[in-house]
Amino acid sequence: MTTLLEVQGVSKRFGGIVANEAISLSVPEGGIIGLIGPNGSGKTTLFNAIVGYYPIDAGSIRFEDREITRLRVPQIARLGLLRTFQQTRIYGRMDCVHNMLISTPHAHQGLWSMLTHFPREDREKAESLLEFVGLYSKRHLLAGDLSFGQQKLLEFAMALMNEPKLLLLDEPTAGINPTLINGIIERLQRVNERLGITLLVIEHNMSVIMNLAQELHCLSRGRLLASGTPEQIRTDQRVIDAYLGVQ
Amino acid sequence: MKRAPVYEYLLITGIGVAALLIPWLLPNFITQFTFLWVMVVFALTWDLLGGQMGYNSFGNVLFFGIGAYACAVVQRDSGLDYFTALALGLLCAALLSTAVSALLGAGVLGMRGHYFAICTLGLGVAAGEIAGGWEYLGAGSGMVTPQYPGGIGERDLFYYFLSLTITGTGFFTLRRLYQSRFGIAINAIRDDEDKAEAMGLHTTRYKTVAWCVAAFFLALTGGAVGNLIGFIDPRDVAFSGATFGVWMILMAILGGKGTIWGPVLGAAVFHLTQELFWNFLFGWQRVALGALIVLIVVFFPQGILGWVREAWPERFGQCVDTDRQGGEETR
Ligand SMILES: Nc1ncnc2c1ncn2[C@@H]1O[C@H](COP(=O)(O)OP(=O)(O)OP(=O)(O)O)[C@@H](O)[C@H]1O
Ligand SMILES: [Mg+2]
Repeated sequence: MTTLLEVQGVSKRFGGIVANEAISLSVPEGGIIGLIGPNGSGKTTLFNAIVGYYPIDAGSIRFEDREITRLRVPQIARLGLLRTFQQTRIYGRMDCVHNMLISTPHAHQGLWSMLTHFPREDREKAESLLEFVGLYSKRHLLAGDLSFGQQKLLEFAMALMNEPKLLLLDEPTAGINPTLINGIIERLQRVNERLGITLLVIEHNMSVIMNLAQELHCLSRGRLLASGTPEQIRTDQRVIDAYLGVQ
Repeated sequence: MKRAPVYEYLLITGIGVAALLIPWLLPNFITQFTFLWVMVVFALTWDLLGGQMGYNSFGNVLFFGIGAYACAVVQRDSGLDYFTALALGLLCAALLSTAVSALLGAGVLGMRGHYFAICTLGLGVAAGEIAGGWEYLGAGSGMVTPQYPGGIGERDLFYYFLSLTITGTGFFTLRRLYQSRFGIAINAIRDDEDKAEAMGLHTTRYKTVAWCVAAFFLALTGGAVGNLIGFIDPRDVAFSGATFGVWMILMAILGGKGTIWGPVLGAAVFHLTQELFWNFLFGWQRVALGALIVLIVVFFPQGILGWVREAWPERFGQCVDTDRQGGEETR
């Protein structure tokens, strides 16, 4: 398998807080990779660093063998590296269909395309993806009126609409009704298999991520603590200690 | 996009017919109606950024002033006959203003929220000061626009239809823009610009185009108003932040931000109220206007249309009830 994303020696400090310290990991094309770690261990910070949300203090990030460390957020997104937000972000005062339509890929849009209407295929795709995440009946509601869990699903559907190559998901099951979580896992797997989207997933729910990911990376206090298969991670004493708060 | 309901076409036709007949139906009020069209452009172009894109500009009057001056300078210096000079002046006004907005936009539109608002406020004030000290533009004593080559009645009629044309073009341009990808994109920027960037939207491009469109129509209006008043004062006409600059915002908020009809309605209500105040409240107009502003903000924070929309959401194609929506309306 070829490497899609290569993170090398990435460090990020906020004043005195070391949020990421020399983190290196890679994401193979077509894989589902998990990123775990206790609260405040630097997972979201690493996502932000990858997508160019803020400049990093050290290290390099390569996507498809291309240096992206210094690119800006929208440029990186247009390359096909997309992220969702832990707090969930949607366009609250627009209905779900419009949220979807404006999420079509922007890479090849010229100046004049902004004056055009959305083609029929886009509408059909928007509706079928809304159906896929189970929001079809809510498609004309304002996104801001959806519940948190529904917004999470909408944000996921919007990401799919964008046709990314690599999707970084920040806690996709947080706030989702436990009875629906199996459905989410299954959808993530289908997206990975059928649409060929590589996934890097932050997840606190251990049973979810152990089932989903082929490989896991565990962060603790800003450092990469351990990497390996779910089985190796599950039994790794350092990981167990980190979660139990042992020094 | 959603197809416009029939009553919207009826409304447009009705307003269009009335607008064409007004000079003959209400000949005594022709100048007031000319200014009504000007007010509509003010409100619509302000709302393009303030309502649709979430960027509250306090300095849009800058483009109005640039337009007024650019047009007047061309009229003064071109040596052409009145109408050719005016046409050329309006063209130059629009182009210059658009270019300035594109250049400024690159820097100013990078700021968000209050920073953007304060910065645009500064731009408007600075422009007034510069114009007031620039000999070429008549400095503090301003500029006088050329005499219209015809009777006063003909002049009024000419500027009525010029304003109407600018307003009509502006209205239909914005309406078309709001129905296209552009409209949805600037709404997305309004709702969450960080998200829009994270999704790869060309946010800078959309924001700049939005500002350029506003600047374009404001400049045309500026050119027309300079001639209508016959005199361009740097601080009281061209870059008048305290009147035009504030009215733009008020009218858009009064009618309902973020809609195409809200600013139109707001401009009409505001202009009418203001005319009444000026005619009947001798000496107290400004106090009354101030009180009106407070009332608007306190009682109609969403504007008239926003308030109506909250009362009858279904009328606005907005679904509140999951069982009642049909897919048909969007096809
Ligand atoms: N913008 C910021 N400014 C200052 N400190 C920050 C900022 N973002 C994150 N931090 C700090 O960096 C550390 C790592 O935070 P981060 O959000 O990456 O953790 P996380 O692993 O995503 O945690 P959680 O599981 O709770 O989401 C924390 O101590 C946090 O307070
Ligand atoms: Mg986090």
